[in-house]
Amino acid sequence: MSVVQANMHPLDNYLRTERLPHVWCSGCGIGTVLGAYLRAMKNIGMDPEKTIMVSGIGCTGRAAGYVKMDSFHTTHGRPIPFAVGIKAARPDLNVTVFSGDGDLFAIGGNHIIHAARRNADITVITINNFIYGMTGGQLAPTTPETGITTTSPYGNVESPFNLAGLVAVSGASYVARWTSLHVRRLEKSIEKALKKRGFSFVEVLSPCPTAYGRRNRMRDPVDMLKYFQEHAVVKHHINPLEGVIEPDKDFIVGEFLDAEEEPTFEDKLWEMTKKEFLYTSQAERTAWILEHRRHLETLSKIISGRGER
Amino acid sequence: MKVEVLEGHHFLSGDVAVAEGAIAAGCRFFAGYPITPSSEVAERMSRRLPEVGGIFIQMEDELASMAALLGASWGGKKSMTATSGPGFSLMMENYGLGMMTETPCVIVNVQRAGPSTGLPTLVGQGDVMQARWGSHGPYETIALSPESPQECFDMAVRAFNFSEKYRIPVVVLMDESVGHLFERVSIPPKSEIEVIDRKISTDKKRHIYEPDDDLIPPMPPVGEGFGIHVTGLTHDERGYPVITAEAQEKLVRRLVDKIRVHADEIIDYEEFMTEDADVIVIAYGISARSARRAVIMAREKGIKAGMLRLKVIWPFPSKKLRELVEKASHFVVAEINNGQILVEVERAIRKEAVFVGKMGGEPHRPDEVLKGIEEAVK
Repeated sequence: MSVVQANMHPLDNYLRTERLPHVWCSGCGIGTVLGAYLRAMKNIGMDPEKTIMVSGIGCTGRAAGYVKMDSFHTTHGRPIPFAVGIKAARPDLNVTVFSGDGDLFAIGGNHIIHAARRNADITVITINNFIYGMTGGQLAPTTPETGITTTSPYGNVESPFNLAGLVAVSGASYVARWTSLHVRRLEKSIEKALKKRGFSFVEVLSPCPTAYGRRNRMRDPVDMLKYFQEHAVVKHHINPLEGVIEPDKDFIVGEFLDAEEEPTFEDKLWEMTKKEFLYTSQAERTAWILEHRRHLETLSKIISGRGER
Repeated sequence: MKVEVLEGHHFLSGDVAVAEGAIAAGCRFFAGYPITPSSEVAERMSRRLPEVGGIFIQMEDELASMAALLGASWGGKKSMTATSGPGFSLMMENYGLGMMTETPCVIVNVQRAGPSTGLPTLVGQGDVMQARWGSHGPYETIALSPESPQECFDMAVRAFNFSEKYRIPVVVLMDESVGHLFERVSIPPKSEIEVIDRKISTDKKRHIYEPDDDLIPPMPPVGEGFGIHVTGLTHDERGYPVITAEAQEKLVRRLVDKIRVHADEIIDYEEFMTEDADVIVIAYGISARSARRAVIMAREKGIKAGMLRLKVIWPFPSKKLRELVEKASHFVVAEINNGQILVEVERAIRKEAVFVGKMGGEPHRPDEVLKGIEEAVK
């Protein structure tokens, strides 16, 4: 059977086109971000056959089901430890976690800080839509204060997480935040994140008109993009603590952290299996560990804006 | 001295023996979280795995450990974790994902007394039903129960072989007494240990979950262009989610049947003095050692007693019990819980058995089991 290729989308080779249409609502930003991710992959020539996508549960978690590469749709909150396991077993493969804010920062919150601390060589893309979309619009750890959700009908009284800030101070090697409106800069950041050896993280603020916007005076999909346009301030290498997002106020997007590459978790795990490491004295092993340790004091200067770049 | 697989005679605890058995079976990935009384398994693995080219990771919790195990298994490594009741509870989430995605791996549960934190350092056997039904939904499980450090070694090998052959997470259901028991362990030369590896798919056109005649699909490797999709959602043979009752019936029926049709190959038990027995004690793990002594004491008193020791707890040997009930009149169950295998035994023999239970904290004394035997024949 011959197939006419004229109508192919430039990303069709990266998508399981037989699974389309996807589950995402109109006005949702996930497709925009997935597009940016796949273009970034294509731009840097990353081989989809050597790339694994792992996702958790939720709207964003469905992304793994649409990409034409080895992909795993795991349990709620656990894509990161699953990815840590697969990357440790196969350090030669590129491993990306693509999941939502609830999945990675509420139920899976413990795992992301530990994967960042270990400098596991994985890339994590988090879509932050301020809400639990798949289950119908419940309170997320990112819902802004006062936000109306189906489980905060009187307004959210909790403070939301500053995702990029949290990951930056946990020991990541690369951290950025954009919105689904900043498509080109997002794409560039994802390229950097994919190329970075070590733990890289990109947070993307993204509209959910169906479950969030509808209840929070941004009913039309364009309303939230307008909100992003009006309030996003591009700033790089800020103190991550300045990355808080407050209702109706300006918030910062940009590159939070771009640290120098240091040995990854997997580098160290595999070094331990070598004879040169095992068949030596503890003094020499200690020396090797110190020589290859991460320079978190430098990291701390960078993230507090005092370090040289 | 660095050795790949231990050989010869060693004086080992059950926890150490199960670790060595895993290495002999080809285990090259361990992810775990410290918990009494299983921590010695992790400690041994952290020392030994790098020596054999394997990876050890102490994860942030048991949820993560179990997830990492599945990831590493898809990455091609034979993977294991070790835990105890509270950690086993947390692992139930991805135990289910392992069932649904048919991911080989081994979970060692060195049981302590519960519920909750219970008696961290003291024996229990209360996780038998959790191993069977702990994760939600219908599935079949494989669980082995060693009674000695020797069997911890042997059963670790068998657990890996079952998990690789049937593509299923397998539980080694130890208990604290066996885990901390030191005994002689004789390990045959490496060449004499039978090691089974998973079937690997070589055909990129073949659907990921298209089973062979044995109902088990070969496992594709990652990073080789197979473009697999693996999901915990109900899926078709392509691995794609299908949210219908028909897809659920087809998939889960096969997951259940792939173990049921092979149950006779998996089931294993020891019969001790059962040929002419009038009363039969059913026991496993450390309780079987007390029961064996009790059977001898009963015989000395002129009671024709015997023991059926479950080496494999799940699948449960119902057929064997129905056979025994034809010959023996009385049944006694000795276990360190409130009656878990008791329910299975009574279901199989279709009558009541005398229950010699303990809530945990210490193994049975032989005379406690003997009292049960005497009560049964009274």
